Amino acid sequence: MTKAKPKLRFSRKLLAIPYALFLAIFVVAPLVIIVYYAFTNGDTGEFTVDNFVNFFSGTGGQSFFESSRFKTIVQSFFISVMSTVLCLAIAYPVAYIIATCKVKNKAGLLLLFIVPMWVNFVLRINALKELLDWIGIYNKSDEWNIFNTVLGMVYDFLPFMILPVYTTISKIDKSYLEAARDLGAGGASAFLKITLPLSKPGIMSGVSMVFLPSMTNYVISNYMTFNHTKIIGAFIDECFKNDLWNLGSVTALLLLTLMFLITWLTGGFDAQSETNARGTSLW
Amino acid sequence: MVKLRSILKWVFIGLVLLFIYAPILLLTVYSFNESETITSWQGFSWAHYEYFFNMENQPLPIVIQTICLALVVASLSTILATVGSIGIFYSKKRTSSLLSGVNQIPVINAEVVTAISLAFLFVAFNLPKSTFIPLIVGQMVLCTPFVVLSIIPKLKQMDNNLYEAALDLGATPTKALFSVVIPQISPGIVSGFMLAITLSLDDYVIAAYTKPNTFQTISTHIYSLAKGSTVDTIKSSYWALTAIIFAIIVIVVIVMNIIANKKAGKKR
Repeated sequence: MTKAKPKLRFSRKLLAIPYALFLAIFVVAPLVIIVYYAFTNGDTGEFTVDNFVNFFSGTGGQSFFESSRFKTIVQSFFISVMSTVLCLAIAYPVAYIIATCKVKNKAGLLLLFIVPMWVNFVLRINALKELLDWIGIYNKSDEWNIFNTVLGMVYDFLPFMILPVYTTISKIDKSYLEAARDLGAGGASAFLKITLPLSKPGIMSGVSMVFLPSMTNYVISNYMTFNHTKIIGAFIDECFKNDLWNLGSVTALLLLTLMFLITWLTGGFDAQSETNARGTSLW
Repeated sequence: MVKLRSILKWVFIGLVLLFIYAPILLLTVYSFNESETITSWQGFSWAHYEYFFNMENQPLPIVIQTICLALVVASLSTILATVGSIGIFYSKKRTSSLLSGVNQIPVINAEVVTAISLAFLFVAFNLPKSTFIPLIVGQMVLCTPFVVLSIIPKLKQMDNNLYEAALDLGATPTKALFSVVIPQISPGIVSGFMLAITLSLDDYVIAAYTKPNTFQTISTHIYSLAKGSTVDTIKSSYWALTAIIFAIIVIVVIVMNIIANKKAGKKR
């Protein structure tokens, strides 16, 4: 009996092997390939940093700062910052109102903001496009195109900001607020000194879920502007389609770096945090 | 003063809800429009629905194959994630935090970067898109991490002594796993599965990079319609689909609410 026991007790950690292999082959290896393409010459496969030089240099006699690529980058950052700020400006009050209201069925109220997310993403974006068309502001001018893109990003990513913020606000211990009140703080100063700082993790994870997608979700930007407003995601897509793999990889690598930076700054690698999982909170 | 503030609060909530629902409600109304343009109302008609429900037209078969794809991807992702989560949970701290870290990459990475990197990989493997393997594996890369994220918390809540007790009472480890561990984490498995389905149904970018050329999902089809000069009948038949999906969701939410209320009532 005692001899057979170690054999019988298979180790449960061995169950991690299939998924570890899956992650190694389909998540890590593809990223290694991107790094490879970013640092090699397209024709000969030799090591080079030319791709990075190419990325940051102009074309056809123009300097980098006059090039359409620079415009794409600036435009992307602008759209991304605007979308994130607007999302936060709308989501924070919504989350705060729901978390602090006296309505019994708060989950039901919150659900109202999530239900539209269950409609297919492209159908949803198409619906917004039709609405803009109906109002008469679809594809009118470059300025409207930028505005419409931001609107599309906010429309699509709003729940990803509302949910983490709501989660953190609703978890704040009410006795802190009562204590602040007892000690003479007014409503506004209690909010600024207690609620706002304590909801920072939710804001951070919301920002991390809106910022990068707003820069790369080319489906929204292409759709909302009839391909007139280009963002970094669309640029990568074009590189791939036009067989400019090395240039595309450089761009992807820069985005990856940005992603790690944002995630590190917002604490997104902390798998313990309950607010970081984009989407899991939808259920 | 307090009352005014409370009114303003709900007005704000109402405006945000209006923004969220207006596009879908507008399409729902115009899905009954006789013409194919959104800008003019030509009178009530079922034409878009009739076009949509005719199997000989493109939309319905595409919807069906999109759903089949989602079921396949979600099932495979859920199996892989369930086994993987249990493994990660019982691994040494170093291994488990490494795997959880890598698990986060597809979650936070820009979809287009994930997609392009997978496309490179399949080219390197010389694996043709027509085999459907790139599409299924690609969407699994997108879905599985989310399923893992919904199972791990359930494992943490689980009472670990039960598994040990099952072993002491003579169950084989496999039996103990299936009859003790799996039932305890099943809510996480179910919600992970549902999440995987919605992610797969929603996905455009990964599918665009990995699908066989002749295969279309709802997302890729609508997107391809928007780009070119296309027949408006197909486009507007998707308005009908938007309305149908929305109606189904609303009904499901209401029914779920009624069931939840009844349960709560019984408990009282």
